[in-house]
Amino acid sequence: MYAYKEYDQLLLNERVEQFRDQTQRFFKGELSEEEFLILRLQNGLYVQRHAPLLRVAVPYGMLNSTQVRKLAHIAKTYDKGYAHISTRQNVQFNWPKMADVPDILAELASVQMHAVQTSGNCIRNTTIDQFAGVAVNEVADPRPYCEIIRQWSTFHPEFAFLPRKFKIAVSAATDEDRAAIRFNDIGLRLVENAAGEIGFNVFVGGGLGRTPIAGSLINEFLPPKHLLSYLEAVLRVYNRYGRRDNKYKARIKILVKALTPDVFRDKVAEEWKHLVNTALDLPDAEVKQMQECFPEPAYEALEDNPAALMSAKKDSSAFSIWYRQNTDNHKKSGYRIVTLSLKPISVAPGDVTTDQLIAIADMADQYSFGEVRTTHNQNVVLADVKQELLYELWEKLKSFDFATANIHTINDIICCPGGDFCALANAKSIPIAEQIQRKFDDYDYVYDIGEISLNISGCMNACSHHHIGNIGVLGVDKKGKEFYQVSLGGDSGFDAAVGKIIGPSFKEEEVANVIETIIKFYIDQRIEGETFLMTYQRIGMAPFKEKVYAKNN
Amino acid sequence: MPKIIKNREIIDDQWTTLAEPEQELETTPESTNIIVNLAYWLENKEALTARKGKVGVLLLGSDEPETFQEELKHIDLIAVDFPKFGDGRGYSISRILRERFNFTHEIRAVGDVLRDQLRFMERCGFDAYALRADKDMNEALASFASLSVEYQSDVLEKRPIYARRP
Repeated sequence: MYAYKEYDQLLLNERVEQFRDQTQRFFKGELSEEEFLILRLQNGLYVQRHAPLLRVAVPYGMLNSTQVRKLAHIAKTYDKGYAHISTRQNVQFNWPKMADVPDILAELASVQMHAVQTSGNCIRNTTIDQFAGVAVNEVADPRPYCEIIRQWSTFHPEFAFLPRKFKIAVSAATDEDRAAIRFNDIGLRLVENAAGEIGFNVFVGGGLGRTPIAGSLINEFLPPKHLLSYLEAVLRVYNRYGRRDNKYKARIKILVKALTPDVFRDKVAEEWKHLVNTALDLPDAEVKQMQECFPEPAYEALEDNPAALMSAKKDSSAFSIWYRQNTDNHKKSGYRIVTLSLKPISVAPGDVTTDQLIAIADMADQYSFGEVRTTHNQNVVLADVKQELLYELWEKLKSFDFATANIHTINDIICCPGGDFCALANAKSIPIAEQIQRKFDDYDYVYDIGEISLNISGCMNACSHHHIGNIGVLGVDKKGKEFYQVSLGGDSGFDAAVGKIIGPSFKEEEVANVIETIIKFYIDQRIEGETFLMTYQRIGMAPFKEKVYAKNN
Repeated sequence: MPKIIKNREIIDDQWTTLAEPEQELETTPESTNIIVNLAYWLENKEALTARKGKVGVLLLGSDEPETFQEELKHIDLIAVDFPKFGDGRGYSISRILRERFNFTHEIRAVGDVLRDQLRFMERCGFDAYALRADKDMNEALASFASLSVEYQSDVLEKRPIYARRP
């Protein structure tokens, strides 16, 4: 992964001191709440229900083991012994003291980490396919471009005060979109054209929240050379013309919708004319140099399906199931991508304890070249594990509660902190996740249900992307009581669909039963080989709705 | 005389902003340098340029330099209003004035202008800052230098970091 150069480190150290000074000015009363708010929000610091929340950036989800150990140290020293993986691949601490934050940032800076632009109305952390660089079907490794975007967007002088937050996601896989790029402000998909050249599909104006909408394709093939000039053109149009009168209408998706994608594209093209062929051009040499910052690890020449793996699969059905559910094909023979489930029952999805973080770092060193990835599904990935060591690793994963074989199942729930922690939430979300996991505790049944995504958000801000879960659950407040709206048919992949609400919302205690009814009906209706989403797409909402509300009556 | 920051120094402000030029102009000495809003400038530019004093124009975030680019050669100063600290439209306006239209006179940030924005403003082409009245200008001067590393190309530095790297 990218290792900081001298200037990256210098900038970070200066940033820590700058924020320390801003915090001191706030405590001395020289900065008002409102003035400090804008400054601290540029640095990932929110004031939440119980305590400040500090969001630490994990650029495109990549961590090394030293960084993970530092996160463990911070969790233990400044928090209550755990951290939380967010749906933007970042790490959050829920209990730091405001006055400790400058010291925490200094600790982070010592391992090339920071909280820059993890909140506020600026360009946020770029997210990525968590299998970037190791996926079987990939046009090119997208990480060098993400690092180029990270540097370009870090303290960009023109775009520090946008109408609203701005999120970019990148994917390069040909078979699956694991980064939900069409639900970002800008989604970039690396593609190869007929001439064998690499470029980007540029999608703009996707998003969730109150106005869920899939991004529109405004450039079918953007050569990498023009990546930054084109991004700058999009951002400038947004900075100038995005609405600033109403924060709920301030995201770029509203501007794209209001202008129409065609007019928006023309405006960007007009602006781009002035920016292309300037210093913003990205020379091939720079792309190449950045690619060299992401060297392939020292893979050994290994065969697929070594004897050790085959016999372990034969001897242990539990291992064999875990292998099927929680590991994926790797581009190198003899290796496998392993996903650590952070969703065992009765743990808030995405939470990791200090001990678990240390274990992750140790296992990364021992089995995966010292590297770790976070996923937007709130899990953790060890990307380069030798197949012959999978059984040994699995034994360790079990002892740290990472081996629940539930990846891509109904129990792999994406869930925000919700009303238990978040000041914005209308309703709790973590207890709903637990309720559903308890309902689906028979794993034979869970595997029979097959691949499905279930996302739970505690409010319309949709941090858990409930609109694009195959099943989405949204907490709503009705006269002070918590209710839950259920939607079906969301799809975060290339086809990018926003789920439809099934009907009137449900009481807290009804949610798991409703999900069970929906699942039973799907199993009843599916034809061989269909996933939940495929059955839904074939038969539509009406029969599901009839079933769910008939039962309630 | 009120003070402003100009080229990182605190100086006397040589300009007077006329919030209501129709009323105020009559009582303003002919040689005073004045700043008027864009609409007033567009309607009265002959009379204004005939004055002895210089004339500057105040832009709002919604004003588009593209629509009056022909006028720029007659304008001696542009002030860009920041109605709120968090309203970033002025940064783009200043870059367009400098980089697209090669405007070389003073570009001044006015309104909710605070020290933590100054370096970003400077990089976008501002060279003068009317700091919000309740803030200390001497302290603000320090903030220009708080971050020494800048990745992007901007109005002052044409090369992005990778072109500057040894």
